[in-house]
Amino acid sequence: MTVAAIKEYVGVPRDRVENFNGKQLVYVSWDHHLLFAAPFLLCLPPQTTFRELVEGPLSALVQPDPDAAAIDWTKVEWLKSNQPWTPDFERSLADNGIGHKDQLRMRTPGLASLSAAA
Amino acid sequence: MDMKVAKKKLGLKEKYRLMTRDLGWEPTYRAKDEVFPYVNYEGIKVHDWDKWEDPFRLTMDSYWKYQAEKERKFYAIIDAHAQNNGHLNITDARYLSALKIFLQAISPGEYAAHKGFARVGREFPGVGTQVACQMQAIDEIRHAQTQIHALSNYNKYYDGFHAFADARDRIWYTSVARSFFDDAMSAGPFEFMIAIGFSFEYVLTNLLFVPFMSGAAYNGDMATVTFGFSAQSDEARHMTLGLECIKFMLEQDPDNLPIVQGWLDKWFWRGFRVLGLVSTMMDYMLPKRVMSWREAWEIYGVENGGALFKDLARYGVRPPKGWDDAEKAIDHMSHQFMLGLYQWSFGTSFHSWIPSDEDMDWLSAKYPTTFDKYYRPRWDHIRKLAVAGTPFKNFGLAKLCQTCQLPVVFTEPDDATMSCHRETEYKGEKYHFCSDGCQHIFDNEPEKYVQAWLPMPSLFQELNGDIGAWMNWVGLRDGEDNGDYSGSRDQRNFDQWRGMATSNT
Repeated sequence: MTVAAIKEYVGVPRDRVENFNGKQLVYVSWDHHLLFAAPFLLCLPPQTTFRELVEGPLSALVQPDPDAAAIDWTKVEWLKSNQPWTPDFERSLADNGIGHKDQLRMRTPGLASLSAAA
Repeated sequence: MDMKVAKKKLGLKEKYRLMTRDLGWEPTYRAKDEVFPYVNYEGIKVHDWDKWEDPFRLTMDSYWKYQAEKERKFYAIIDAHAQNNGHLNITDARYLSALKIFLQAISPGEYAAHKGFARVGREFPGVGTQVACQMQAIDEIRHAQTQIHALSNYNKYYDGFHAFADARDRIWYTSVARSFFDDAMSAGPFEFMIAIGFSFEYVLTNLLFVPFMSGAAYNGDMATVTFGFSAQSDEARHMTLGLECIKFMLEQDPDNLPIVQGWLDKWFWRGFRVLGLVSTMMDYMLPKRVMSWREAWEIYGVENGGALFKDLARYGVRPPKGWDDAEKAIDHMSHQFMLGLYQWSFGTSFHSWIPSDEDMDWLSAKYPTTFDKYYRPRWDHIRKLAVAGTPFKNFGLAKLCQTCQLPVVFTEPDDATMSCHRETEYKGEKYHFCSDGCQHIFDNEPEKYVQAWLPMPSLFQELNGDIGAWMNWVGLRDGEDNGDYSGSRDQRNFDQWRGMATSNT
């Protein structure tokens, strides 16, 4: 079912990638680390390497969590669109297949200082 | 000689007939479908518009009389409030955050409801319906006005009130309420009635107004109590109109049931999300609390809502689909919202704060199964950061739900340690949601929701992520309207003025 309407109704998406001045959106969240109230919204050029994303904005944003210093980035388990996935740190977001508005999740088993056991 | 005969005074019933039902006519030189073009496309079948009952039987002339009387009383009290320094009688200036959110997000909703009822009053063919909608349209614009006037006195003394109209259009958290009303106003007339008349006014309004007005009374805010009283008798009429509309649809044709049920599912969930902020107000923002959000939900959600849906079961209506997920969220949502508001408080035109020890003990008593387990450790850590001189600010901004437009602060219904991730792809674009309820609403009408103006992505589209430029644009004065209450100008002024009023130093 689409929209009930008196004539043909076609919606125009407001946040298509071409509206972001050459950049794209990426959402990143850290499972079981809910000090951060919602997944982070990052706006980056698709040529950014995955390493730049991690060592730049992501490392800065997770700092307030007491587990931040203990993250071993080589051991982090990643999910993309909720499926297990392995990034290549030296390649760009585009080459890693990270599309506009993709959601990445990181998992760090053993680190959960502020999280109650499920 | 002619005797002058006194004109017989009209009886109520006759007056109602002459001044409502008799005002209608059958069109002769245009087809009825042309005069009322929007009444069929939603699929609701109506066989007899005269079956629409109006239990209030109020006519326009008496309506004006009652409302004028209420206005006179209202403005007399508002004047007295201003003259007697009412702004110093509140318990604490933290209370004002609840008012600021109300003024920025809810009062504009009253205005939107006015526009909506003016429109559906024109679009429905039945005369009883038209008159009832017309009155409600006037009520709603009056509510918007009285609220703005009541709160304007606080604007003379405190931050965060001055740009509520810009905030309504532009700031991120108001888009939640705005999108709710835009969604309703761009729906057909019957869906609008379910959205506002039934879900909002009947099912959910008690959760908004009762705690809000009691909260005002508990915290010494005479201005807000007064607009609450002035609106209350209107609300009774609105609730009746909403209930009447749903019964009318269900009685007119059995084919209407699945359509109505779909709207109930949708608008219950949308309303529940919009009113979620009330939970934060009750549990965190009232210096003197009335009851917890959980307790309010037991009374107004479980008891009242449960009784209503039991009553409607004879038409085949079942409770809204999201009901169980709502119940599971009750013990979590106020904490999840307040943690979010605190860490993004650099971008809010109201203050938030870290709850005190006493606050936290109250919260753990009211939420024995959740607060100490999930939320106290986060607040303790946030307090540690503040004490260390590195207060927690989350500059990551937030992923927003495509449907309700809230930051995705919610967890899985059955696992409060796991953030809720829901996404779908439509015509090659990805969309994210906060819950199954919101995803379901999108899936039913994707063409509508793909158009959503989401404030966080727009910050990057239109202003290249420049937070300073964004603050100017939304009317937020950095360091005055936003941030932690502790150390704010509101706190300083309130303490100083109150001190001058109650002591000699």
